[in-house]
Amino acid sequence: MSFWQRNKRRVWILGVLAGALFLAAGAFQGQFAVIWKKAVMICLECIGIG
Amino acid sequence: MKRLRLAVQLLFTIVTNGYMYGFLNGKIYRGRLKYACVPGLNCYSCPGAVAACPIGALQALLNRQGFQIPFAALGFFFLFGSLLGRFICGWLCPFGLVQDLLHRIPVFQKKKRLPHHHILKHGKYVVLILLVCVGSMFLFGGFAKVPAFCKYLCPSGTLFGALPLLGADEALRSQAGGLFFWKLGILIGIGLLSVKVFRPFCQYLCPLGAIYGWFNRFSLVQIQWDEGQCVSCHACEKACPAALSLREISRSPECIRCGKCVDACPQKCLHFCGKG
Repeated sequence: MSFWQRNKRRVWILGVLAGALFLAAGAFQGQFAVIWKKAVMICLECIGIG
Repeated sequence: MKRLRLAVQLLFTIVTNGYMYGFLNGKIYRGRLKYACVPGLNCYSCPGAVAACPIGALQALLNRQGFQIPFAALGFFFLFGSLLGRFICGWLCPFGLVQDLLHRIPVFQKKKRLPHHHILKHGKYVVLILLVCVGSMFLFGGFAKVPAFCKYLCPSGTLFGALPLLGADEALRSQAGGLFFWKLGILIGIGLLSVKVFRPFCQYLCPLGAIYGWFNRFSLVQIQWDEGQCVSCHACEKACPAALSLREISRSPECIRCGKCVDACPQKCLHFCGKG
């Protein structure tokens, strides 16, 4: 049985915890504001104009 | 299962792109929900989009001056990926839905893969590294870094962002030039290919699929195989639209957990599970 099979339960929980930790670190560094600022303006590159 | 999946795909696409005012007036949603990302490839310049695109968010963070680890985008990838893996591609991605609908058009003999699939399937990792990561950090347009994947490749942005916005806004329409037609060409090419080949963008080009594929081995949602009941009829392999073998189903980075193998199994020895 592979490492992933044996530790599947632990690994996905670790992944979720890592995700939560990364989100908290992102919030601490103000990265959500960067995402929001980009997301609320029409992205000219995305629509092939910029 | 097939109808359930289509219903979930349609519902999720409508809910995450439900800002009707935007479609009617050529505007985009500017509320607080855009602090967060949706799990699938969903252009945030779509007039209906109520949240941000995870690949767009990653590029926005990499586009800043200097370098900071893009924790917020990584957080969404780890959270969604650890829970669902590429189930997101199969059930929740709007551009996946478009490709599925095109593949249903009853013309051409359908193919699961392109020739040289074993080489081409690595294309999505090349796109992730070269366009999304390196391109967004080092490619400049004037003095500003550009979101290279969105700018040069993303067909979701053209379909859900450009076409509705350009349709509603005369000023934007007058600015459309070579870049727009390049992206329109990519969209049309992928659309035509989708009629014949199963999800060509997801299999060969999508950087989000490349990321979520890494989580497939251990994500919470899995397709479980009860080996004791299996009679090795290979019905699941024949039904798999990605042409995966029984042992690759669910674990392979190519599996989008569409559930066709689950439907096809006469012994019911394949089933979705969420117990980890």
